[in-house]
Amino acid sequence: MRVKVQLYARLRELAGGAEWTCDVPTGATVADVWRAIAADHPALAPFERSVSSARNEEFAKRTTAVADGDEVAFLPPVSGGA
Amino acid sequence: MSPSVTSSPLSVESLVVALEREAQTRGEGCGAVCSFVGVVRATHQGRSVTHLEYEAFAPLAEKTFALISGEAAEHFGGALVAIRHRVGRLQIGEASVVIAAAAAHRAEAFHACRYAIERVKQIAPVWKHEFFVDGHAWVEGAIADPADDEARRVALERACA
Repeated sequence: MRVKVQLYARLRELAGGAEWTCDVPTGATVADVWRAIAADHPALAPFERSVSSARNEEFAKRTTAVADGDEVAFLPPVSGGA
Repeated sequence: MSPSVTSSPLSVESLVVALEREAQTRGEGCGAVCSFVGVVRATHQGRSVTHLEYEAFAPLAEKTFALISGEAAEHFGGALVAIRHRVGRLQIGEASVVIAAAAAHRAEAFHACRYAIERVKQIAPVWKHEFFVDGHAWVEGAIADPADDEARRVALERACA
């Protein structure tokens, strides 16, 4: 199945774009999507332990299951506020 | 009220007025409003900042601000909290974030306001890109996890310090 991947901030810069698609097997989780996008863009690998994620505009866990057509976003550590 | 994430300049005054009006209709009514304005600083760790750019995952940021407001209400006697964050290019001295907190009594208003900015820094999907005279850098702070109870406890402790 195919999911849309959105990258933000430094992840977007490292990958060279904000929007990607990844093919993952049925039953895949957010962690599997991360592995797929990091395999396509090895520069993302250092964020393995610090990345947060969202599925369809809701915060997700690495173990969250994804479905065909889902939008999975990966977020580097945040720095909003002042 | 105005959108929570915007590329337009923020007005704390209008946020305070709108929130106070809304708070007057709730529970005991409004006895106190606190506000916080985060401002772009000219230096970062000794380096001169020329300007900043903020990026947000806007739909998730809006939901996160609503979550934070809900937490603040739960902890601080039903306090009402409104959060607005600027995105795009900001000059030194411009407001990056404004928060207003309204409650029946001053303690809840102060605590709710501080709690909200602490939580914004912990979990809001917003990123700061700093530009210096001689380079630029993304600022990377907390790993955003709204379900992290320890982070929430720390925010609560700071809010009540």
